[in-house]
Amino acid sequence: MSVDLSTKYLGLDLRSPLVASAGPIQQNLDGVRALADSGVGAIVMYSLFEEQVRHEEARQAELELEYMDSFAESLSFFPTVQSNEGGITAEYLAHLEASVKAVDIPVIASLNGATNGGWVETAHRMQDAGAAGIECNIYMVPGDLATTGAEVEERHVEIVSAMREAVDIPVSVKLSPFFSAPGNMIARLDSAGADGLVLFNRFLQPDIDPEKLEVVPGVWLSTPTDARVPLTWIATLSGRVKASLAATSGVETADDVLKYLLAGADVVMTTSALVRHGASYAASLLSGVSEWLERKGLTLEQARGLLAVPSDASSSEYERNGYVAALEKAKATYGA
Amino acid sequence: MERTRIIADGNTAAASVAYRCSELCSIYPITPSSPMAETADEWATAKRHNIWGDIPTVIEMQSEGGAAGALHGALQGGALTTTFTASQGLLLMIPNMYKIAGELTSTVFHVAARSLAAQGLSIFGDHQDVMACRQTGFAMLCSATVQECHDLALVSHAATLQSRVPFMHFFEGFRTSHELNVLETVSDDDIRQFITDDLVHAHRERALSPAHPFIRGTAQNPDIHFQAREAANQYYEKVPGVVQSLFDQFAELTGRQYHLVDYYGDPQAESVIVCMGSGAKTVQHTIDHLNKQGHKLGVVIVRLYRPFPAAEIVAAIPETARTVAVLDRTKEPGSEGEPLFLDVMSALSQAVSRGTRSRMPIISGGRYGISSKEFTAGMVAGIVAELELDQPRPHFTIGIDDDVTHLSLPFSDLDIEDPETLRAVFFGMGSDGTVGANKNTIKILGSDPGTYAQGYFEYDSRKSGSRTTSHLRFGPHPIESPYLVSQAEFIGVHNFNILESIDVLTMAHEGTTVLINAPYDATELWDHLPDSMQRQIIDKKINLWTIDALPVARKVGLRNRTNTILQTCFFAISGVLPRDEAIKRIKDSIQKTYGKKSQKIVEMNHAAVDASLEHLQQVTVPDQVTSTHGLIPPVTADAPQFVRDVTSKMIEGLGNTLPVSAVPDDGTYPAGTTKFEQRTLSDLIAEWDPSECIQCGNCAFVCPHGVIRAKYYPQSALEGAPAGFPTATLNAAGLPESNYTLQVVPDQCTGCGLCVETCPVRPTAHPDRKAINLVEHLDKTAQRRNEAFFETLPVNDRSRVDFASVRGTQFLQPLFEFSGACAGCGETPYVKLVSQLFGDRAEVANATGCSSIYGGNLPTTPWGKNADGRGPAWSNSLFEDNAEFGLGMRLAADVQTKLAKVRLGQLSEGLNPELVDGLLNAPQLTEHDLQSQQERVHTLQAILADMEQTPQVRDLASVADHLLRRSVWIIGGDGWAYDIGSGGVDHVLASGRDVNVLVLDTEVYSNTGGQASKSTPMGAVAKFATSGKPTAKKDLAMQAIAYGSVYVARVAFGADPQQTLRAFREAEAYPGPSIIIAYSHCIAHGYDLKNGLDQQYKAVHCGHWPLMRFNPVLAEEGLNPFLLDSPRPDISWREYTKLELRYKMLAKSNPEAAEKFLDLDQRTVERRWTEYEEMATRSADRFTFDARTSEFAAGSSRS
Repeated sequence: MSVDLSTKYLGLDLRSPLVASAGPIQQNLDGVRALADSGVGAIVMYSLFEEQVRHEEARQAELELEYMDSFAESLSFFPTVQSNEGGITAEYLAHLEASVKAVDIPVIASLNGATNGGWVETAHRMQDAGAAGIECNIYMVPGDLATTGAEVEERHVEIVSAMREAVDIPVSVKLSPFFSAPGNMIARLDSAGADGLVLFNRFLQPDIDPEKLEVVPGVWLSTPTDARVPLTWIATLSGRVKASLAATSGVETADDVLKYLLAGADVVMTTSALVRHGASYAASLLSGVSEWLERKGLTLEQARGLLAVPSDASSSEYERNGYVAALEKAKATYGA
Repeated sequence: MERTRIIADGNTAAASVAYRCSELCSIYPITPSSPMAETADEWATAKRHNIWGDIPTVIEMQSEGGAAGALHGALQGGALTTTFTASQGLLLMIPNMYKIAGELTSTVFHVAARSLAAQGLSIFGDHQDVMACRQTGFAMLCSATVQECHDLALVSHAATLQSRVPFMHFFEGFRTSHELNVLETVSDDDIRQFITDDLVHAHRERALSPAHPFIRGTAQNPDIHFQAREAANQYYEKVPGVVQSLFDQFAELTGRQYHLVDYYGDPQAESVIVCMGSGAKTVQHTIDHLNKQGHKLGVVIVRLYRPFPAAEIVAAIPETARTVAVLDRTKEPGSEGEPLFLDVMSALSQAVSRGTRSRMPIISGGRYGISSKEFTAGMVAGIVAELELDQPRPHFTIGIDDDVTHLSLPFSDLDIEDPETLRAVFFGMGSDGTVGANKNTIKILGSDPGTYAQGYFEYDSRKSGSRTTSHLRFGPHPIESPYLVSQAEFIGVHNFNILESIDVLTMAHEGTTVLINAPYDATELWDHLPDSMQRQIIDKKINLWTIDALPVARKVGLRNRTNTILQTCFFAISGVLPRDEAIKRIKDSIQKTYGKKSQKIVEMNHAAVDASLEHLQQVTVPDQVTSTHGLIPPVTADAPQFVRDVTSKMIEGLGNTLPVSAVPDDGTYPAGTTKFEQRTLSDLIAEWDPSECIQCGNCAFVCPHGVIRAKYYPQSALEGAPAGFPTATLNAAGLPESNYTLQVVPDQCTGCGLCVETCPVRPTAHPDRKAINLVEHLDKTAQRRNEAFFETLPVNDRSRVDFASVRGTQFLQPLFEFSGACAGCGETPYVKLVSQLFGDRAEVANATGCSSIYGGNLPTTPWGKNADGRGPAWSNSLFEDNAEFGLGMRLAADVQTKLAKVRLGQLSEGLNPELVDGLLNAPQLTEHDLQSQQERVHTLQAILADMEQTPQVRDLASVADHLLRRSVWIIGGDGWAYDIGSGGVDHVLASGRDVNVLVLDTEVYSNTGGQASKSTPMGAVAKFATSGKPTAKKDLAMQAIAYGSVYVARVAFGADPQQTLRAFREAEAYPGPSIIIAYSHCIAHGYDLKNGLDQQYKAVHCGHWPLMRFNPVLAEEGLNPFLLDSPRPDISWREYTKLELRYKMLAKSNPEAAEKFLDLDQRTVERRWTEYEEMATRSADRFTFDARTSEFAAGSSRS
């Protein structure tokens, strides 16, 4: 294929604008290799949940301690593991290191947490393990009704600043769209030094099974309709922030990739499509993009941001126009 | 390793040297020596080196016999090999010890000396085991302190290489093996000066090698065997010299001088005590005290016991000695005296008779300290008083009140402790971390060069609601007080319930500081204290402090772990360190202890330290006793006499005061005494919801503690019921106007929650609840009243209960109840089921292990009896022989059944022919059959009682009960069935006899603390399998199936209780050997046991534990005897194991290996499932033919 798909993301040179976002395929080396073979430009590893790690370690220690020194014949029930290496963190780092060695494309580590407690140390170790960058996956569902929006926003900025200071490799932020003023939030993160913005995180929201009267964990793959919110914001932010823009959610076909690129995304991320169709599906998405570019006679650079909100336009006005247009379309379709 | 000053126990002190001097450790776990082997294994895992820079191999064998065999082979192969053992384990090594000594082979056995099982098992310390080996040809060197455990271990390893005589280095179990004290370690370089390359090479050169072949281990004839035994004499003659010269060399190096025999005291002593082991230190310090008062006393401390240093002993005892007492920490019934006494007597007699000594003192032999019985300064003073009589008695005991044979000496308290030593005692519960915190405290204080510290910990024998007592000493001088603290400057009561049941202030003196963890404010506390405690607080001018530690712990996230909070309070009040310094040191210690495991735990504990002091309150002590309540009586008022007089004392911690006459002389104790013990295990207890319950019986079935009882009864029986007595209409067909009650025994419920987990009901209006729920009840008055009424309702008639359904079993009375097993135990539901189904005619052989501890550990035992006085008859022989022991029960039953039938035939003329025919020929399979036979037996017994008492009549009367079919159960864990008792299990299964083997399979040695067995699954982490067990779990079921004649079942009550029930009934009914392999979730799996049933379900559904039955009866009928009872695996191995620490640990220490094991295990379960599926579709003729079928048809035991 002669079309040049090379792209810059977080200052890294990628061979294509399609990035495998944090997901289950990356959990083993075969998956990592399969993704690389399919032509993706970079791989974001699955997320290391810092809070979960701390909790898990504490729980494990508690279980070891639970029955210690309680019975004369059995002062403990488990051998003492001498090394402090280990646990989920070490497992993650070992896998990250092996993945970096196994493929010749950038591998980006993903760190998920809600506080800035143990992040810095772990980020260092990710860098040492060979990560090309760190995606800071801020996943925060404040159940505390006393926490204000301003406090939540401030915590985001603190985490990004701390991370930016901690490591030399690029740091991106994957965040939720649920802010009163997402644009302002994103601009602040941009100012705090984020090298990339990944739009958006999807909360895994619980569901309810009425028959069993049970709350069940809500895990579902994204569909193209999930792309609308990120698409809007990519279009809005393109050219207005220093950071690279990555779009994620709702990629199913090459057209979905193109839409994001046209809106101004530097890269387009997908997990759901690859989980549905297998890692090699990335190759067909990319060939679709190439075919389109060839057909339209555009280079990737020319296409990128073609339909973004012009940087000299008032974005709220542009959005308003889009909104009115959508209403008009609804009337025409449903006769309202 | 460099020389360093550490805090260590005797086991660690000995292991530290043994490990560094060895290339191989061949071991088998046994209390109290297990920590030596475990420590060695952990060091090997951590790649610590011996003195040659290698990592010793540590191998866990299937028994001590196996460990000794492997050790013997390794020695013949030239490897420097050691072992660690105790008690019955050492006994199992005796045959090899003779061989090893006979072959003049260098090795050291490190023994944490322990009692032997006689009238009862004891895990505690004395010299019974080592004294049973004194004739093997091993040299014996005895350590009296933690420091000596280290130093004499080195001398032993060097001496055996120099002398070629194998050494047994021993010290007292628990008292020394588990005592924490300051230890000055030797460096690797120090050791190298003793274990030289020349010695090592000489050892290797004596090994077997095809390069220079020879034969060793021949069979010898009368012509030379005797001479060959004598040929070794010269080596033994050299041992004392070798050892003393090593002692001297050691003194030059370290400054610590030892002798074969040390004399201490007045050089002109008139009375001398000869003693070996930790007790010698007590004697030494007491004599010091008494000599200052004008006595003329001395002590001879024996270190080398074999070869016996007769000349040194004789020389050590001053000629001035008029009386000598030789103390033995062992017992040889029927002997003229115990071994040390006889040896000393012989040595002195030889000397006097040959004229090398002028005067023969009066010699007395005394027994003391059996099974860790305290040996105190007061007792030494008692012995001295006897020795100062004109005619001391020749034999005595000290430490007990022998009111039967009157051998015991009187004694009283004597406090000779260093006034500069601070003594502290802490009462805690097993799960609250008190002991762990105290161990840290000792390390904190003992790490100062100028401070000495000692810690000793007592644990009770229960596994739920167990109490711990920590005895700590700190001071500026070395602490050599090998006895419990009797007077303390500080007493911590870490659980309020403890002070309600025992007197915690017996150790308080005037001005003692007492800290009570109480759920009350300082102003409220006083009124909640028992009257006797209030009186002592006032009289002894106690300095009283309190804290409500639980809310503090919970607030910082530590749940019920109050240890750090109470430790901080101890430091703050006791003033052992300046407050700021103390807090810093505690925090550092927390970081050191938990930092490698979890920073979050560190943070929570640090927060606990910070929060502690603000909640600590001093209590203003009133000058009057105001309390109107005393201690809670230990047993209920309706308890039988023995329980009230004897058992109650043991419960109160006053067992030491019981005289010999109070204690059964042959180990026979009344059945079913747990129900009389008054204790409250949990505030969170199960509560039944009558309106939602569907009466399925699942909760009663799974209850590990037998606290959930069900009865149905006519509605009229409710007359007189207390208000609010829970009841519901019985929903079973055929019993109109009947009600049903599910009663929880409130004080015995542990709050484990298994009942809630298994309850299938989820009330629509309350989807978060079940028909049985855990509810907090601090005041259980109403629950107790309901239970009392419930007890008055009649037990349901067994013949009207559907034995075939789980629902039916809830109405069968458990004859195994309130066992003291861990809360949520996965074994006891099976044991309880045996008692419910077959208990009134069962005989139980129980292997040593968890089930023998919760089943038979005093003071109270759970195997009970029904209203007719019938119930399971239980006994424990050993660990290794349980299958054979049970087979013996079967054989005895068969012999007596046969005799009964013969005598009945002989007497039949005078009896009702129908009765005789029934007794001889009626079937005994269903409960109805059995009840009818029981009635016939009763009728016969009544007739026999009225007949003329001819020899035949009396003979028949003595065995008549055997006309009722006995149900013999052989119960034990996987350590027994898969490892140490494997040969016996195999043989008994092959015997064809009608026994039922129940394997409570926890896949690990549970009772001794989580060592790997051959049942441990591949990849699981256990002690001696720290890197994950590399081999697959043995398929015991398939081994048994191979015989074709054994009924085999694999069950998991949490996955399919109905299948469990069916298997138990079929196994029992099968007229041949049966084995049931029962999945038993366990605390050693590492998760909250309230998830135990879920884990059982997952074990089955991932294919790890396929439920199956193999019933030879079906083969007889031409059907496939192999029945696969569980569905094809529908979850992954990963899904099953992800909750359990035993699997997760490897993911932490070696993630790659963990992944590899996950894959292998997954493939293993799939492969086995395929095999099982194929077997389930075979025809009957493709299984081993049962050659004894025809024999069964005419079998005697069943008709």
